[in-house]
Amino acid sequence: MRHLIGIDDLTMAEIEQLIETAEDIIANPEKYSERCHGKKLATLFYEPSTRTRLSFEAAMMELGGNVLGFSDAQSSSASKGESVADTTRVISCFADIMAMRHFKEGAPMVASLNTSIPVINAGDGGHNHPTQTLTDLLTIKREKGRLDNLKVGFCGDLKFGRTVHSLITALSHREGIEFVLVSPDELKVPSYIKKDIIEKEGLPYSQTEDLDSVLPELDILYMTRVQRERFFNEQDYIRLKDSYILTPERLTRAKSDLCIMHPLPRVNEIAVGVDKDPRAAYFKQVLNGKYIRMALILFLLEAAK
Amino acid sequence: MNVDSIKNGVVIDHITAGDGMKIYYFLGLDKLDCPIALIKNAMSRNMGRKDIIKVDSENLPDLCALGYIAPDVTVNVIKDGEIIKKYHPELPEQLADIVKCQNPRCITSTEQELPHIFSLTDRENRVYRCIYCESKAKG
Repeated sequence: MRHLIGIDDLTMAEIEQLIETAEDIIANPEKYSERCHGKKLATLFYEPSTRTRLSFEAAMMELGGNVLGFSDAQSSSASKGESVADTTRVISCFADIMAMRHFKEGAPMVASLNTSIPVINAGDGGHNHPTQTLTDLLTIKREKGRLDNLKVGFCGDLKFGRTVHSLITALSHREGIEFVLVSPDELKVPSYIKKDIIEKEGLPYSQTEDLDSVLPELDILYMTRVQRERFFNEQDYIRLKDSYILTPERLTRAKSDLCIMHPLPRVNEIAVGVDKDPRAAYFKQVLNGKYIRMALILFLLEAAK
Repeated sequence: MNVDSIKNGVVIDHITAGDGMKIYYFLGLDKLDCPIALIKNAMSRNMGRKDIIKVDSENLPDLCALGYIAPDVTVNVIKDGEIIKKYHPELPEQLADIVKCQNPRCITSTEQELPHIFSLTDRENRVYRCIYCESKAKG
């Protein structure tokens, strides 16, 4: 049984195949409108999420399938103390595929070990969020026309930002990638990402606290939110949350074909004035997320046959 | 001091002096009812001092996890008073319920009956990671 727990569960060829399918869905939506007729997607969301859950649900609906599930732990049997393993076994009886978001790292892996249907990790704490990575890759492909030979800047919370870790992992297998890691000292990329992925693959990278000095070199700028829920200490959050704010003035120094990305939701790290800039791709990312999830659902259901 | 040689069983030799008791409990030897000798601070030409464990039983304990905690020891398998096999334990591919995941954000911290499983991800540097949250094993 194929699952998607981390982005490394997919080969590079499979990722390319998903991107190709997503682009075909965008070009020919009617071809796919009944592909999941009679199929059900269960969304098990133990942690609140607007975009990811609705994106999964919209994806399944546009494939002609149905959706069931819960949107927070309080409205599930978890509030009665049921384990993830047991909930998963039960849901397997009702659905053909499931998407799980959980505040604990590894919960979707537990689900995958206890089910007879494909499991998609829709975010597990600060750990993995592979469908966001697929979304990001599709966005880069559509905006830049390629996934190779890019100078990619990540800015903000690079320590707890799971989308950053997953995207670095995925891009590290590509040709000609260079990373520029921009963050305050407290929120630097964890050493295991640096040592086990970037350095292991022998990729060029630099680390800096100064966004302005590196902005002119970048092909892609991936902004992230400093997330309140990842801090044990509220004081640390308040001190660091405004570290990097992208404004139209700052962007005058950037390339004319820069692609500005953000996994959303944003708080204030991208000024609203940037939204009108043609280089802003973060709302397109949301739409791309639906298409790549459609492609993924089709892929996993096909693999489960 | 004299400890008789064993007829059938296993001798774990070249244990770093002072680690014998740790390995004794780690392997669950305290739960066996066969004769077991734990020799501490024995003289060793190469190590100065060493610990040795002798287990006198035809039913050998599971030594798979020994490679994780003490890869440099020597295991001698004895049959009818003769050494029939001598080896250094290999790093096991997986550790189940041997080390606990220390990551407070890991699902193992809340799912009480979930086995703590670690996989060998880097043999050269002896790195094990939790299969759920991918945190490094500590300890």
